[in-house]
Amino acid sequence: MYVATKGGERAIEAAHQWLAEERRGDRDVPELSIAQIREQMSLAVNRVMAEGSLYDPDLAALAIKQARGDLIEAIFLIRAYRTTLPRFGASLPVETGEMAITRRVSATFKDVPGGQVLGPTFDYTHRLLDFKLAAEGTTPEAQRKSADETPAPHILDLLDRDGLMEPLETSEDTPSDLTREPLEMPADRPLRLQALARGDEGFVLSLAYSTQRGYGRTHAFVGELRIGTCAVEMEIPELGFAVEIGEVELSECETVNQFTGSKTEPAQFTRGYGLVFGQNERKSISMSLVDRALRWEELGEDNTGAPAQDAEFVLYHCDNIQATGFLEHIKLPHYVDFQSELELIRRLRREAGAEEREAAE
Amino acid sequence: MSDLSGGFAHAPEQAARAFRACLETLARPGQVQRLEGAAPPAPLSPAAGAVLLTLVDQAVRLHLAPSHDRPEIRDWIAFHCGAPLVAAEEADFALGSWEALQPVGRFAIGTPAYPDRAATLIVEMETLAPPNARLTGPGIARDAEARLPEIAAFADNRARFPLGFDCFFTSGDRVSGLPRSTKVEAL
Amino acid sequence: MSDQAFNFAYLDEATKRMIRRALLKGIAVPGYQVPFASREMPMPYGWGTGGVQVTAACLTPEDTLKVIDQGADDTTNAVSIRAFFARTAGVETTTRTGEASVIQTRHRIPEEPLVEGQILVYQVPIPEPLRFLEPRESETRKMHALEEYGLMHVKLYEDIARHGEISTAYAYPVRVEGRYVMDPSPIPKFDNPKLSDNPAIQLFGAGREQRIYALPPYTQVVSLDFEDHPFVASKAEHSCDLCGCGTSYLDEVITDDRGGRMFVCSDTDFCETRRAQGHRGRLAPEERT
Repeated sequence: MYVATKGGERAIEAAHQWLAEERRGDRDVPELSIAQIREQMSLAVNRVMAEGSLYDPDLAALAIKQARGDLIEAIFLIRAYRTTLPRFGASLPVETGEMAITRRVSATFKDVPGGQVLGPTFDYTHRLLDFKLAAEGTTPEAQRKSADETPAPHILDLLDRDGLMEPLETSEDTPSDLTREPLEMPADRPLRLQALARGDEGFVLSLAYSTQRGYGRTHAFVGELRIGTCAVEMEIPELGFAVEIGEVELSECETVNQFTGSKTEPAQFTRGYGLVFGQNERKSISMSLVDRALRWEELGEDNTGAPAQDAEFVLYHCDNIQATGFLEHIKLPHYVDFQSELELIRRLRREAGAEEREAAE
Repeated sequence: MSDLSGGFAHAPEQAARAFRACLETLARPGQVQRLEGAAPPAPLSPAAGAVLLTLVDQAVRLHLAPSHDRPEIRDWIAFHCGAPLVAAEEADFALGSWEALQPVGRFAIGTPAYPDRAATLIVEMETLAPPNARLTGPGIARDAEARLPEIAAFADNRARFPLGFDCFFTSGDRVSGLPRSTKVEAL
Repeated sequence: MSDQAFNFAYLDEATKRMIRRALLKGIAVPGYQVPFASREMPMPYGWGTGGVQVTAACLTPEDTLKVIDQGADDTTNAVSIRAFFARTAGVETTTRTGEASVIQTRHRIPEEPLVEGQILVYQVPIPEPLRFLEPRESETRKMHALEEYGLMHVKLYEDIARHGEISTAYAYPVRVEGRYVMDPSPIPKFDNPKLSDNPAIQLFGAGREQRIYALPPYTQVVSLDFEDHPFVASKAEHSCDLCGCGTSYLDEVITDDRGGRMFVCSDTDFCETRRAQGHRGRLAPEERT
């Protein structure tokens, strides 16, 4: 016998307790500290900061712990926290040209002022499982060289000097803020870049890959990829000047794209741009490829119908918090809608059956 | 030194009640609600002060008509709302007597794609009674009556629907609303 | 008592002002979708974040809140949202439609007629009624601006040509005051007639899609149809097996693996009230003494 169930509240409470227990896992294994996650899972922390749009390694580490390592869940925790924070003001644009560099490579020139700096990269590691890590061995200290004082200007600016590079568009306008204003189409480039910077790494990666395989091909080279820390400055109205309020680690990628010219633009090299919190070169390179593909209209290129060229498609679907929420909501009760469909399908079948019987008679 | 008191003492709760009054009056043209909690400098009415505290902040642009463009009101708004003051044409909200708000043709009425990008006028009135207009349209069961500063301007405003401006009428601690969707005739 | 770690009704005041401004423009242009800068909420997109933001912007300390999902007060998401506001706004909650001043709903309009002074807040997944005909926001916005609804009529007419009737059973599109075509949220079309001429204020919030829209009281809302195929607010041809009501919307419940099933009111408060008044359906349990 069916009885309308009560007790949703108790079921939810019990589910939450079970979840907390599963999160902790075997209590004979020591609990992870926030500092351990922050220091030893730093690339996960970086991704959570980037897609959560909040630069705070400790909070990101806490979110990863709370989310049992589910990074999208951790990003969600950070987003929900971030949106309640009061806003004191906006920082000045960061000067990535003055970055304290930990890694900097160019695929377009063998050597450049400031040099190529490999930095802490997986690039030339052989992907062999290192069982020494399982044995909890100690890690030897890396060899260090004293900091290179040679300035490292943006490589694309050097090309720019020869007039081969499309000039950088500059504007003194304050860009609109994706997190404070509803997304409006068509979206300008600052808005597109904001969306991509917090967009899902996997989604942006796949879109970028699709351009390489010919869906909106843009012939990209990594002109420069640089990772390091930048000072963040803010104007304090009471003081009348800017003060440094901290520093952030950033990954910046500028692509150089072959461009044979269009009806409106001469043959030149064009740019794609990617900037992400923390060390995340996969995301910053992906972002710069998608950025370049989305620029087809302003450069007078053809729209080949490629997904990466479609700003509405890209911007409305790159946010993993929106996507996962809506995707997973279909597990919520839909008794009412389903009942109305059931009734419709039964009626249509009944009517079709009646017609067939009539036709047979 | 101007007096900057007279804001909401318990902003979250008072703004919530004030908003409900605003929502009810705009959703039910002809209905008058009490709006309390603000004590702004004269000639700004407590009701208009409460509307400002509830809806206006740094994110919107406010126009002060000559009737209310006074240093003490500017200071009060700067302190409590922080809205930039702008010309009538650029305003999201405008405040003043009906005469001072003229010509109302200057105010934004939205665009066909974005009819919400239209001004909200806060019109200070001597009184909200007796009624001089018959109202019909959304929010009204059959018909309703209201005191309006004139008839023709609101009939014209309705004729442009879905474009048009929307109004709150304030007097003392009373408020009534008139959205652009309401049909207006002289009583 | 509300939780002091949060502002009243969770949202900060600037966010509430932004939502309140959007709600008022929604009231001024019934059926038009007002863009608003939806915030990330502490529950997922798609789980009522739009409705929650609208409710948060409307609640006063004096309100009594009811939350339903599929018509029921005890479905998990309804329980979760009700607990959220009990915690962050300290408001009274109820399961009684008649006692509530604000009702947040997903997929139903209560059976008991609403009255003046009540607000019904709908959670909306896809606010754009034209979205499944035209996926581009830039195009659908143009269509609303130009009152260009031909595509919708063609779709409905194709249904009739193929199936002999319009094959939309929920989220059935409506025309508001002869102007905007509106999505009523995924309520069954059985509920559509209650949208029109309703004494309550009806507010619609779509968080992920960043849209708010509204129906003031007594707004004229017409379900789209054709003269030769008029709209019918249909439901299962059964009575409630618990309270015996023959006019309420029913959930179908599978009771065994041999084809056994029963029909019960989807509106749990309505059903319980009727049973308390002594109404009995086919399978109502015997009254305990």
